[in-house]
Amino acid sequence: MLSIEKIDVYYRELQALWEISLEVNEGEIIALIGPNGAGKTTTLNTISGLLKPAKGEIRFLDKTIGKEPVNKIVELGISQVPESGKIFAGMSVYENLELGAFVPKARKEKKQSLERVYEIFPRLSERQNQQAGTLSGGERQMLAIGRALMSKPSLLMLDEPSFGLAPILVEQMFEMIKKINQQGVTILLVEQNIQAALDLAHRAYLLENGRIVGQGTAKDLISFESVRSSYLG
Amino acid sequence: MLGQILVFGILVGALYGLVALGLSLVFGVTKILNVAHGELVMLGGYASFWAFSLLGLDPYLTIIISFVFLFLIGAFLYRLIFSRTVKLPEETKIKNTLLVAFGLSIILQNLALRFWTADERGITASYLGTAFTVLGIRFPVVRLANLVVAVFFLVALQLFLRKTYTGKAIRATVQNWEAASLMGINIHKVYLISFAIGAALAGVAGTLVAVNYSIQPSMGLTWTLKALIVMVLGGLGSIPGTLVGGLILGVTESTTSYFISSNYREVAGLVLFLLVLIFRPQGLFGVKEG
Repeated sequence: MLSIEKIDVYYRELQALWEISLEVNEGEIIALIGPNGAGKTTTLNTISGLLKPAKGEIRFLDKTIGKEPVNKIVELGISQVPESGKIFAGMSVYENLELGAFVPKARKEKKQSLERVYEIFPRLSERQNQQAGTLSGGERQMLAIGRALMSKPSLLMLDEPSFGLAPILVEQMFEMIKKINQQGVTILLVEQNIQAALDLAHRAYLLENGRIVGQGTAKDLISFESVRSSYLG
Repeated sequence: MLGQILVFGILVGALYGLVALGLSLVFGVTKILNVAHGELVMLGGYASFWAFSLLGLDPYLTIIISFVFLFLIGAFLYRLIFSRTVKLPEETKIKNTLLVAFGLSIILQNLALRFWTADERGITASYLGTAFTVLGIRFPVVRLANLVVAVFFLVALQLFLRKTYTGKAIRATVQNWEAASLMGINIHKVYLISFAIGAALAGVAGTLVAVNYSIQPSMGLTWTLKALIVMVLGGLGSIPGTLVGGLILGVTESTTSYFISSNYREVAGLVLFLLVLIFRPQGLFGVKEG
């Protein structure tokens, strides 16, 4: 579904990613793990079009998208939930969701998408007229995911959905991600919570210093020496 | 007498609020402090003046012309100039946009001088001298129109930002541009539209200035200053606050003129500006960052 081939990405002069290659197949949950500053978010931002690769190719559903603007990529079916949600705090829950369906293609199906999001997150429907800034941490994260689902993505990219959540909420969050995946949405997940991510994901990639240093099924990666020593103790 | 002074202050202040509305919108969305805003007011004034004298339109109908004309000018200036500076990192961006806008104000002044000479012009229509009297207070039609026009555009802008998809995209961009762009919102288009609307509002204010006072190529700086004072008084990012800020400045000026001397009118405004900056830097109606 998504295939990335040897991309290099720079912030001005500073190189952040070196020859990253990865593959996401339809229906999968793929985890992207690694320490802070490894380039996980940069990878997501490049796929969604916020950053452009200097070299290499990104293909999604057989189209080359490396040079496409964000709105085109959203229309093709990729949606990203940014780190810590980044909801529009001064707007209502409903307006946040409405903006999730900003691209023309999604706007036409706003009503159905809204019903679906309210079905997955009934809490959001109860709070639809409330200011997003007054929501709790868990609700904010739900809103951020709901907002991303409003564009009807076939690939949902989540950047640390468990960040800052209480352990019990983290568990619920991962349950929801599983549920969304079972509804047919492919998932690319960036996580610091390695154990939980590997439990959930079908496959995972390990990133360090802007390079992919390991990949395989969750089991493979758990036995991977550097993962064990650095993250699982 | 005091009632009359207050009413005059409010009716003039409404115009100040309108002048500041565009500046505040542009600054709030794009973080461009457009010190050439007063020159855009001047261009709006000329657009109305020519529409009035060549086409014989009613002064208040020429608002449509100044609005559309300045909307286009604003879009053009953004494309040509400011789209390049907004991409810079925060600190350089603020410095560079200030310098660029200052240069632009000089260019626009000189172009106006070249095309329309330094002569003062004004719009005087037959009914503009009339006034109502209510409870012994005079309400000149021209001044009353300031309030009506200012409130109209304030409400229209508010509705646009709250009810339309484009308006919501503008608000989303202000709150979190990164998340907004992930929604597929084209940030540069949002900036362009906001800048153009800000310019169009300056154009409308220009029409009112041409009807209330007179216009000339060098008038811009005065209005930029007033708009800056009002923007700070009202608080950044607060649209109703901008109108109230304008009213406060208007009343301060009119009471100063009456009780002290009209020579000190502008001084009073600037003193008020300093006091607000010292004691309430977020403005009277602004909210603190975050």
